[in-house]
Amino acid sequence: MTNVSKSVVDNNKNRNAKIKLIIERIISYSFLIVLTVFCLSFFYVLVINSTKSNDELNSVFSLLPSKYFFENLIGALFHPTSQYVNIFSGFKNSLIVALLSSVLTCYFSSLTAYGVYAYNFKGKRIIAAFILAIMMIPSQLASVGFLKIAVDLRITDQLWVLIVPSIAAPATYFYMHQYLKATLPLELIEASRMDGSNEFMTFNRIVLPIMKPALAVQMIFSFVASWNNYYMPGLLIEDDNKTTLPIMLGLLRSDAIGKVDNGQIWMVILLSILPVVIVYLILSRSIIKGVTSGSVKG
Amino acid sequence: MKAISLERKEKKKKVTYDRWGLYFIIPFFVVYFLFTLIPQLLTIFYSFFEYYRKTVGVYIGPNFIGFQNYVNLFKPIDSSGTIDILKYFGNTTIMWIVGALPQFLIALILAVMFTSTRLNVKGQGFFKTVFYLPNVIMASAFSLLIFQVFGRVGPINQIIVMNGGNTVDFLRQKTSVRALIAMTNFVMWFGNTTIVLMAGIQGIDESLFESARIDGASSFKVFKDITMPLLKPIFIYCFITSMIGGLQMFDVPQILTAGQGTPDFTSKTIVMFINEVLRAKDYGKSGAISMILFIITGILSLIVYKITNKD
Repeated sequence: MTNVSKSVVDNNKNRNAKIKLIIERIISYSFLIVLTVFCLSFFYVLVINSTKSNDELNSVFSLLPSKYFFENLIGALFHPTSQYVNIFSGFKNSLIVALLSSVLTCYFSSLTAYGVYAYNFKGKRIIAAFILAIMMIPSQLASVGFLKIAVDLRITDQLWVLIVPSIAAPATYFYMHQYLKATLPLELIEASRMDGSNEFMTFNRIVLPIMKPALAVQMIFSFVASWNNYYMPGLLIEDDNKTTLPIMLGLLRSDAIGKVDNGQIWMVILLSILPVVIVYLILSRSIIKGVTSGSVKG
Repeated sequence: MKAISLERKEKKKKVTYDRWGLYFIIPFFVVYFLFTLIPQLLTIFYSFFEYYRKTVGVYIGPNFIGFQNYVNLFKPIDSSGTIDILKYFGNTTIMWIVGALPQFLIALILAVMFTSTRLNVKGQGFFKTVFYLPNVIMASAFSLLIFQVFGRVGPINQIIVMNGGNTVDFLRQKTSVRALIAMTNFVMWFGNTTIVLMAGIQGIDESLFESARIDGASSFKVFKDITMPLLKPIFIYCFITSMIGGLQMFDVPQILTAGQGTPDFTSKTIVMFINEVLRAKDYGKSGAISMILFIITGILSLIVYKITNKD
């Protein structure tokens, strides 16, 4: 085989590989675009339909927005056609529960993780193993006993019952522990002891600031989890003034057949997901990074 | 002598510091015992008792009845011979599988695509943001959204009617209700799975891919012989956690069917069953169902633990 013919074969091979790559890329991008359209279509319909009147929604479908957005907004906020919808109190309750829960989860998970990481007390290893073991137990098992206690003590319909349990969050503890292991040198704590800092103050003033990136990620995740939580709150809260947004949506669903203004239903859905969507779109990069750091070992 | 006392002093000092570790973990454990462990033990405890509300304010029990609650669960209620718990367990499993199969298939394709240096997909940040978005949205809001979209006068039916078809009652037919629940779970979770699998693939030694490429291995061969075997532990971990999550399925079917599991309880899940029994304040029966679910998830968790600790 001469050199010339060899290079011709090589060229052909190269060209074939290039064409193959181009075809593969076309297929890949088409696949991605189809999936993107599929995902976004739900949100598109949601936004478009929140701008339509009840009559428009009940007649013909169109992909174009209408002009009833503010009417629906004001209706949903001030003149809801469903007795269950009270956006203001729903938002207020959800916000109280989600904010306090996520703050408590983050603070006490960090404190617990720091306690296990930085000190050598008796039984430390057993405790560390214990927390890992309970991480596996689905929270659902507690629901029967929890409701029984809450009913007996007459503490249902109280928001703090939804908030306080978040102090013990094994998964967040695990994440914080991993983070401390990777970032906090024990010498630093020694140094602050030399300066005469009290151990608790050392945690608040030196350790917590170091954990800021981890706290930010876990704050978002625990906030979203609490904001979206439906099962336990649904069992514990019956008072209409105490319902959080997911419970409200559940009640609205049972109420939704025919009686309720359709435009308002779309608007209520939009409003209840909007805060999380906005935060997500701003912080999506770090949120997506945070997904794997907690769930995959290593 | 001096040295010894100094050493002792230091030891003593260290011990006094270590006490703080215990103080710091106290709040976590107090809350855990009060709000999780004791309720869990009570759940198990009541599962062996006859204890339910007969009418408002009138409770029967608690009377110890051993395993009777468990036995009753596996007895057919009526002449048709259906055993509720098995039916609901079957519903849950079917709906989980129908959603999980496309979820894992598509997540795997996406993960391979995104990590391929040859394809070098642009705009990954955008795509990942879109695919993960449904996961941060309230399941209850998403379910109500699906209910609206597929309702009798929803956009899908309007399109069908516009094209000369008849209105389809998506929410009254077994297959379509189940399919909608599975689809909702799929949409909510495939982005999450993609991201976890991607991290798994990125954890594989890059030089393995490099040498395979130099040897002229095809993309499929690289996937089959390098990516998949090395991704297996994470893939299985993901799959079993998804299965555990799937068994706890509640929000989506509950909201979509207004807690009814329509039609004819064919979309009612185990946790919907617990929820219903618990709302009626039957602590014994709901405790027993919870225990059964717990044992099943426990076995699955054990498998996860075994797999993740193997390497």
